[in-house]
Amino acid sequence: MKKLGIAVVAAVMAAGPVMADLVFPSLSYRTGPYAAGGIPFADGYADYFTLLNERDGGIGGVAARVLECETGYNTEKGVECYESTKGEGALVYQPLSTGITYQLIPKATADDIPIHSMGYGRTSAANGTVFSHVFNYPGNYWNGASGAINYLLETNNGDLSGKKIALVYHNSAYGKEPIRTLEELQKKHGYEFLPLAVDHPGQEQKSQWLQIRRERPDFVLMWGWGVMNQVAVQEAANIRYPMENFIGIWWSGSENDVLPAGEAANGYKALTFHGVGSDFPVFADIQKHVVDTGKAAGAGDQIGTVLYNRGLYAAMLAAEAAKKAQSIHGVAEITPAMMRDGMEALEITPALQEELGIPGFGPNFSVSCENHGGPGLVGVTQWDASAKTWSLISDFKPTDTEVIGALIEEDSTAYASENNIALSCQ
Amino acid sequence: MFYREAGDFSTTYPQDSQTFPIRFDRYRYYAVLAVAVVIMPFVMNDYLVNAIFLPFLIYAIAAIGLNILTGYCGQVSLGTGGFMAVGAYACYKLMTAFPDINIFFHVLLAGGITAAVGTAFGLPSLRIKGFYLAVATLAAQFFLVWLFNKVAWFYNYSASGQINAPERTVFGVAVTGPNTEAWATYLFCLVFTVLLALIARNLTRGSIGREWMAIRDMDIAAEIIGVNPLRAKLTAFAVSSFFVGISGALFFAVYLGAVEVGEVFNIQKSFIVLFMIIIGGLGSIFGSFAGAAFLVVLPVVLKLVGVDLLGWPTDIVAHFNLVVVGLLIIVFLIAEPHGLAQLWRVAKEKLRLWPFPH
Repeated sequence: MKKLGIAVVAAVMAAGPVMADLVFPSLSYRTGPYAAGGIPFADGYADYFTLLNERDGGIGGVAARVLECETGYNTEKGVECYESTKGEGALVYQPLSTGITYQLIPKATADDIPIHSMGYGRTSAANGTVFSHVFNYPGNYWNGASGAINYLLETNNGDLSGKKIALVYHNSAYGKEPIRTLEELQKKHGYEFLPLAVDHPGQEQKSQWLQIRRERPDFVLMWGWGVMNQVAVQEAANIRYPMENFIGIWWSGSENDVLPAGEAANGYKALTFHGVGSDFPVFADIQKHVVDTGKAAGAGDQIGTVLYNRGLYAAMLAAEAAKKAQSIHGVAEITPAMMRDGMEALEITPALQEELGIPGFGPNFSVSCENHGGPGLVGVTQWDASAKTWSLISDFKPTDTEVIGALIEEDSTAYASENNIALSCQ
Repeated sequence: MFYREAGDFSTTYPQDSQTFPIRFDRYRYYAVLAVAVVIMPFVMNDYLVNAIFLPFLIYAIAAIGLNILTGYCGQVSLGTGGFMAVGAYACYKLMTAFPDINIFFHVLLAGGITAAVGTAFGLPSLRIKGFYLAVATLAAQFFLVWLFNKVAWFYNYSASGQINAPERTVFGVAVTGPNTEAWATYLFCLVFTVLLALIARNLTRGSIGREWMAIRDMDIAAEIIGVNPLRAKLTAFAVSSFFVGISGALFFAVYLGAVEVGEVFNIQKSFIVLFMIIIGGLGSIFGSFAGAAFLVVLPVVLKLVGVDLLGWPTDIVAHFNLVVVGLLIIVFLIAEPHGLAQLWRVAKEKLRLWPFPH
């Protein structure tokens, strides 16, 4: 017992601030009802940094260290993870949970550590003048909502008046995000809007789908996550809802969500802001340096899945921002504050994507002090149940920035006045 | 040898009826209090306070509250999470509606509002008992969470349905919001925990506490000897909800800062507080503290040992944590149904006789 005590103390001491490496905490969740989404993302995130360490000897000559902490998608554990990792020089937080992001926004800003909530979190954080330390490039939920409506406009000859659009959403901050945008767009395009809430964790959706069966909406959008997605796809199949009229947000469009429904899920669509599949040069490097050397994270069976790719992409953007920060400040061992500057100066060009081994994988964009949200280009993918693959059916296209910009302005200024935040970038 | 009443004479009635009649016990209590108030604030850092001490202090209040209802009065409740949500949302509405009033009073008022709500949901207890009452309080849990999600007034019509605690100060020191110091939030919660524990301890030793225990032990017999079941049960619900409401308010305002009702105050919260009093000991104030400390510290220790020391994968440790908690509940229910408090009591008895047990 005493030995154990000494060992614990020693471990705590050893875990103190050692500035010899670049720390990228991964607030992952490999347990609980959202694990199906959390595992591939965490694997992709960890594998990319392993690749950088193995192939390039780290970032700018400094080794990257991924500090994994299990949150179970639970905000209390998220807070514990944040506090336990921030002392180790954590450069950027990517909690992969809208709830935890909301929690961390004020804390991390006060601690001068940036947050990158890629395609989730607080949408109005795109306004960099209010949210100095929060980034949500390359796209946010309101881009997603508008992208879905744009896609429907496109496939319906530019007219949605008289159509009925239902939204099946996770009854949480995450799921409620698109409602305002869809309501604004409703005024513009004249469709009928029907929001249907599904409570955490989303295993019980009989009544919502009964309502869909009764109301017969022309299209169903979904903001779901974890086990809720598979249940929704299965329920849609059960009521024989036409899958091609059912569109999920990018968090409702992975293999885990459609495989349980089998053939019935064929034709289900999902939005995306990055490429699908493993047909990119970077995957050959991962196979060679990570998988073959036995250093793959987790079970190593997720490579090339949608969410693995997203984790990989998140890690890539973080690593590029770190490189940017190193070049701006001229030091290899950057601090979180320098990392923030790097993220704000991040620029993704076709040449850079080529160099990283992901040509055409994501949109080209540049972040600025005012705009932390990127361009918000949204593509659409479709599931092929027989080939078991997602394929991109609509290229990355711009969204209704006029409507979204006004909403972001309104929400972020409200936040600024509530919390007495002085606007930056002026 | 150390722990005994020999030579410890009471010459007045107040001396005779004090909480810790044995001198050694009393000094130990003062020592703990002194360490908590004088020394701990200086060693407090962000990690300690947010990972261990705030949850411990706040859960301890909730556990005392539930213990009054379940441990002392014998009314099973699964609505703790819902009542904590009432405290949190009441505190939020008060904080945003009256920003000039001190947060201390907001937290107290939030407790008062929760007491009123809890009494209303306690009314069925006059007719139904045991499992059926548990189901009625379960209904309260689900209804309250649904209400705070559905009615936008409760979250001031914010787009995300989240509530965020604005910055509030006590004596010029921030205790809520992002710019708080670790020691300030710790002391703020400590004040509430110590005061409420004192109140609970004295309530349960007084006539009202004896009424509750009489109802718990046999309600018909209690009624025959003149205990009014309506008064006893409803006061138990009111006092219990007051405590739980304060813990909910602190949980939201001081500890988390931003809350989403379906995620933070769901049924799991009701269960974890119930586990705390089962493991800690039903019908014991010390047990509430012990249970809260146990369930707050255990996952942290398991994580430190499993992930940081042994280098196990994080998911294995998270699953292992569930296994350990489940196992402990079974072990306690079989081997020591009165929980950690009973272990403590037995230890004290042994100490009294030691080193001459005969």
